[in-house]
Amino acid sequence: MSTGTQIEVVMPQMGVSVSEGTITKWLKQPGEAIARDELLLEISTDKVDTEVPSPGEGVLAEILVSEGQTVDVGTVLGRIGPAGSEAAASAPEEPVPAPASVEPAAVAPEPALAAAAPVEAAPAPVAAPQTETSGNGRAFVSPVVARIAAEHGVDTTAVAGTGTGGRVTKKDILAFIESGASAPAAVLPGPPSTEPQPPAPEPAPIPEPAPVPRPPDETPEPQTIPVPEPMPEPPTPRPPTQPEPAPEPQLGPGEVLEPMTAMRRGIADHMRRSLDTSAHVTSAIEVDMSRVVALRKKLKPEYERTHGVNVTYLAFIARAAVETLKEYPWINGELRGESIVTRSSINLGFAVELADGKGLIVPVLKNSETLNLLGIAKGVADIAERARSKKLLPDEVQGGTFTITNPGGYGTFHGTPVISQPQAGILGTYAVVKRPWVIQDEMGQDVIAVRPIMNLTLTYDHRLVDGALAGRFLRDIRERLESWDEAAY
Amino acid sequence: MPELTYIQAISDALRQEMRRDQRVFVLGQDVGVYGGAFKVTLGFQEEFGPWRVMDAPLSETAIVGGATGAALMGLRPVAEMQFADFISCAWDHLVTVAAKQFFRGRTPVPIVVRLPSGGGFSGGPFHSQNPESSFAHIPGLKIVCPATPHDAKGLLATSIEDPNPVLYFEHKHLYRRIKGEVPEERYTIPFGQARVHREGDDAVVVTWGAMVHTASDAADQLAGEGFEVEILDLRTLIPWDKARVLESVRRCSKVLVLHEDTRTGGFGAEIAATIAEEAFEDLDAPVVRIAAPDTPVPFSPALEKAFLPQVEDVVKSLQELAAY
Repeated sequence: MSTGTQIEVVMPQMGVSVSEGTITKWLKQPGEAIARDELLLEISTDKVDTEVPSPGEGVLAEILVSEGQTVDVGTVLGRIGPAGSEAAASAPEEPVPAPASVEPAAVAPEPALAAAAPVEAAPAPVAAPQTETSGNGRAFVSPVVARIAAEHGVDTTAVAGTGTGGRVTKKDILAFIESGASAPAAVLPGPPSTEPQPPAPEPAPIPEPAPVPRPPDETPEPQTIPVPEPMPEPPTPRPPTQPEPAPEPQLGPGEVLEPMTAMRRGIADHMRRSLDTSAHVTSAIEVDMSRVVALRKKLKPEYERTHGVNVTYLAFIARAAVETLKEYPWINGELRGESIVTRSSINLGFAVELADGKGLIVPVLKNSETLNLLGIAKGVADIAERARSKKLLPDEVQGGTFTITNPGGYGTFHGTPVISQPQAGILGTYAVVKRPWVIQDEMGQDVIAVRPIMNLTLTYDHRLVDGALAGRFLRDIRERLESWDEAAY
Repeated sequence: MPELTYIQAISDALRQEMRRDQRVFVLGQDVGVYGGAFKVTLGFQEEFGPWRVMDAPLSETAIVGGATGAALMGLRPVAEMQFADFISCAWDHLVTVAAKQFFRGRTPVPIVVRLPSGGGFSGGPFHSQNPESSFAHIPGLKIVCPATPHDAKGLLATSIEDPNPVLYFEHKHLYRRIKGEVPEERYTIPFGQARVHREGDDAVVVTWGAMVHTASDAADQLAGEGFEVEILDLRTLIPWDKARVLESVRRCSKVLVLHEDTRTGGFGAEIAATIAEEAFEDLDAPVVRIAAPDTPVPFSPALEKAFLPQVEDVVKSLQELAAY
């Protein structure tokens, strides 16, 4: 009954470049109480999957955008009413097209009858749970009404409710069924209409919609809901209209259809756009990782013990890349319109495969140029872990200036990754493999030694970066890795 | 049929049982010469003699312990607590010995402990309580809470016959306030059978003891509003008439559980939980409880009125149930 202010839940702006999001799951249903900042729903954008906390306290009054729908940022997804409020019924609604053949002839009975009970906030020793727990108006269907509706195949939204906030009471639905057609006159002392209820001798394990006496004029057609002729249009909102389903592709034998997640769609769009934008060229170089391998062997237990960090090859490579990028501002830059943009900070993106193998996310380690080897190792471990557990903040997947991708974990030794727009390059790191390697001994003689060798690739945008520049960049990284100066890093 | 007060019915029942069965005797503080704190046994010592109407020392432990021993030896003691509140002194004998003796040793303990209980007369925290739920939690005890003179008599006879320890809660506020027709001849009322105090289909109030009358007054007010409330008087809490309660829930779909005991852990919680478990799909509204707040019983008449569930409280909750 109360018409206190409602709080709108909107699709949040998950970073500047995100324009829309998909509802993956509502964690609360209409009628449920929610505290401020309690998790209300999960959304998925092309950047991140995240949970949305409640903007206020109260009762989830209605859900306007159902799960699976994709809407623009700022779209109202639902409303939260004040605790103890009655939700939807009294809220102004845009008119919803009535189901065909139903004439909105009669004016619906005012749900004001429910106000008969005095509801002043008396500090009586009596708790009145209903005013605290319901607050959900017509959206709420009590257990007995749900059962009767199921048994009789009645759509409760078609029944005029006389309960609090227009809730359909047991009497309402029984009268509705008994009348067979005519609208129930909303009055309390109606004849006790318990007849159509099946005898319930025991806690009946319910819903079998069959053995219920139906009004004689009704043919028990499956699927058809017995809608009485002149029905007063219920004063309630219908659930929000479903999105237009896209035409489903034809399936051949043995084929299975799976909808694209928002993330997959985002990846698909981005990959295509990147290839359409940049002139991708890939150069590769072989790096003797002996020094790094030795150093890692030494540092790993130390860092683990003192900092709880597993220092990986990736951390060394990233550290070397950062140092090298300082000297190649264009590779850390971008083409913006007709101009070349360079910057002093290096925000290193790391491509992280999600645990289920069905997605990729690129969290960014901001200002990597300020981090030493330990800092980078910690940072990479942190963002990778949070990427997999979906705990990244939206801004942590944005603002990258250069990206490292590391498909070498599976043993691949070469690849041509796609640039993350609008960056100018992406470094690929591959498996460290022991190879026979020609080196010079102390005497200046060529000898064959067994060395841990890694391929590094730089895929660059040839619009901005020439092949020679890329070659020098790769050469310098190799130099840093092969002659790693522990003190300098 | 003579019209008796609630306390007269108790007195009559006790006298009738003592005349009928030589094994029945009473013991308690001042039950003899003085006739009991509330005069239930007035004149009993003259009729039955000091060996069957025994004045006990000021020790509830001794009274319940002595009654238990006598019962083990084959007698049918009816012990009186001056106030139900004092039974906590006898907790150990009652809970550890009497309630478990048959389980442990296969020797029944057919004692009755009469417990003048309840508030409404500014008796304060030590003379007003309704401790039935504490004992309802103890397997082996039976709990009787009559609301009318007729039930008071019939249930006391059943209590004395019963081979188990029975706690007989007689509500002091009903003693001289409530009158009703009571047959002169002996009769018993089986345990575990609720009584329909008032018929109705729109909501059911499940209650017992003095609150039956509070609910009744409230229901009468609402009848003018076209809302017919059924009142179920449980009469006994252990055992309680679950089947009858569930039947009413299925019919009415709206339930108010009302008791004078404090709220948390009160027996109403057991009833509400059972309804939720076994009749969930028949509910058209949340189960509502009305009980005293979780505080000691205040002395002040104004505070005690706020403490005890009042007719207007019940009316208000029933109106809210009606509108729900």
